[in-house]
Amino acid sequence: MAFAAYCRDLYKRYDARKKAVDAVNGITLEVHEGECFGLLGPNGAGKTTTVEIFEGLLTQTSGHVEVLGRQWSGRDADEIRQRIGISLQDTKLNDKLTVLETLTLFRSFYRTGREPESTIDMVSLDEKANAFVGKLSGGQKQRLAVACALVGDPELLFLDEPTTGLDPQSRRELWDIIREQRDRARTTLITTHYMDEAQRLCDRVAVVDHGKVIALGSPDELIRQIGGEHVIEFDLIHSDGQGSVVGADLFQGLPSVNAARAEGGGYSLTVSEPHRALPALITLLQSRQLELGRLATRHVSLEDVFVTLTGRHLRDEEISSN
Amino acid sequence: MKKYHPIKELLLGRMRTFYREPEAIFWTYGFPLILTILLGIAFRNRPQEVIDVDIADGPAAAGIKSHLDDAGGFVAHVRPTAECTERLRLGKSAIVVERGDKLEYAFDPTRPDSALARARLDDVLQRALGRADAVATADREITEPGARYIDFLVPGLLGMNLMGGGLWGIGFVVTDMRVRNLLRRLVATPMRKPHFLLALIGGRLVFTIPELLFILGAGVFLFDVRVSGGWLAIVVIAFVGSVSFAGLGLLIASRAKRIETISGLMNLVMLPMWLFSGIFFSSEKFPDAFQPFIQALPLTQLNDALRSIILEGGTLADQAMRLLILMAWGGLSFLLALKWFRWT
Repeated sequence: MAFAAYCRDLYKRYDARKKAVDAVNGITLEVHEGECFGLLGPNGAGKTTTVEIFEGLLTQTSGHVEVLGRQWSGRDADEIRQRIGISLQDTKLNDKLTVLETLTLFRSFYRTGREPESTIDMVSLDEKANAFVGKLSGGQKQRLAVACALVGDPELLFLDEPTTGLDPQSRRELWDIIREQRDRARTTLITTHYMDEAQRLCDRVAVVDHGKVIALGSPDELIRQIGGEHVIEFDLIHSDGQGSVVGADLFQGLPSVNAARAEGGGYSLTVSEPHRALPALITLLQSRQLELGRLATRHVSLEDVFVTLTGRHLRDEEISSN
Repeated sequence: MKKYHPIKELLLGRMRTFYREPEAIFWTYGFPLILTILLGIAFRNRPQEVIDVDIADGPAAAGIKSHLDDAGGFVAHVRPTAECTERLRLGKSAIVVERGDKLEYAFDPTRPDSALARARLDDVLQRALGRADAVATADREITEPGARYIDFLVPGLLGMNLMGGGLWGIGFVVTDMRVRNLLRRLVATPMRKPHFLLALIGGRLVFTIPELLFILGAGVFLFDVRVSGGWLAIVVIAFVGSVSFAGLGLLIASRAKRIETISGLMNLVMLPMWLFSGIFFSSEKFPDAFQPFIQALPLTQLNDALRSIILEGGTLADQAMRLLILMAWGGLSFLLALKWFRWT
């Protein structure tokens, strides 16, 4: 079976002042042709390193890498570069060139590709075609970066954190561009630390943490794996105003509850059938003379998958990455 | 012919970036032009210098003063002996003369103006007191374009500018692109690296032409500098110099990851050439022991070649050795730069 991108037992070790850091610690990935594949994980998980090895910008310490059926060496490297499109995490394009000039420059590097003007239309920058890059907003710059990746009409698109730091409107615009690629049966590999983004865009997701893949599958599969599709979150009011006094395992035995966890002074229950779990919870609290301070139910997200797998939130900044 | 040619697009990009940056234009063209004009004005040939003479107060002082005033070319004052000595020490006068049994000159032989004053003063006074010339003399004064300081200066400034343009125009631009992660982005495309280099160098050559015209033009039209040699030879030398320094710029920038690093390295490389390569004064004034080092510097060779053509009417063939040294610098720099260059 042909993979658009494939790596096996990928390792990347950085030697930084006596201390070696394993940025990628044995990752195996198969990106299928035509899918949108997401690498999801916190900052420092090894997503960017993995993608940049695929892009030929970094060389792996060990492991096998194939992109579009070729390896990064000699003549094949040129061939791969002709057929992939890349958006790096932070590239500051030349401020003094216009949008159209920038795209024409990038277009000139490829044997075949799109017209710069039509690429500008694709990312809805037509009104800014003759504006200087330095005058664009953050979202517009990001769309231009994606346009630079698209102008060679790539079979495989790499987008490294394309929506980080963007406002919701700009993020949605970028999502539309990425969805269009999938509609055209082009392959996209995207990294993100936004759950909702991965959930909405990706056919399949690899959750990465500390340089390893800790879960792999479609967003729905991953959510099903943690059992239950709903989350009930609630706080209790205590007469002395202190934090949680009862253990989370008190709620473990309630009907249809798959997991119970104390979280941030309150509790979080993963349940498959809220209509059975909720009345039982209320009854239990009444019998214990505990009073609810807050109660909310929502669907399980990839965030919950990550928390379940690692015990941490994705965007916890205190994550100790070596 | 392809609709989008990478060398053309890269070169256009370089040129657009340059002319859309007013500061770059000023420092490349405006500043050297202003420097040329200011130095030209400051060092234009002045009327013959007058010599400041102090005459130590005494019975014969008034007589000496009247002889000097008659002869012309002196500003003579009678002052108390102690004051005369103090003024000579401070350099306010060139010489002190005192008439005792003999004419006594107090002067500093290491000061050119002081030594000159001793000779002229003695000559005038001896003649006034009755000495006859053994043979009649006649003076012909020659102050012609070609022999003035501004003539020496203009080719030097041109050389200095070609050095600065090559080093900054390549080194700074490349480092800035690296800092912006733009080099990394470009190398991830199928762009051919030689195309990128050719466009950089091509851009430098294009920018060299206005530099040449502005500085030489200011010399020719404002200060009457005469270009003795051929313009084509000047352009060839300027191009070779430009490409040579572009290579050096690329080498310096091959690994720099910060703008501060490249600025420091640039100054480190340029400082010895500013001092030794004969921009403002002839490099021959340095001791012989320094000469092999000085002659090995690319700017020395560029300046010498420019002066040879502009001032002495030399031909390209006369510059063969100089061109060879310049090209050796350029070639070696490029080779090492390509070997060490980091795109990320």
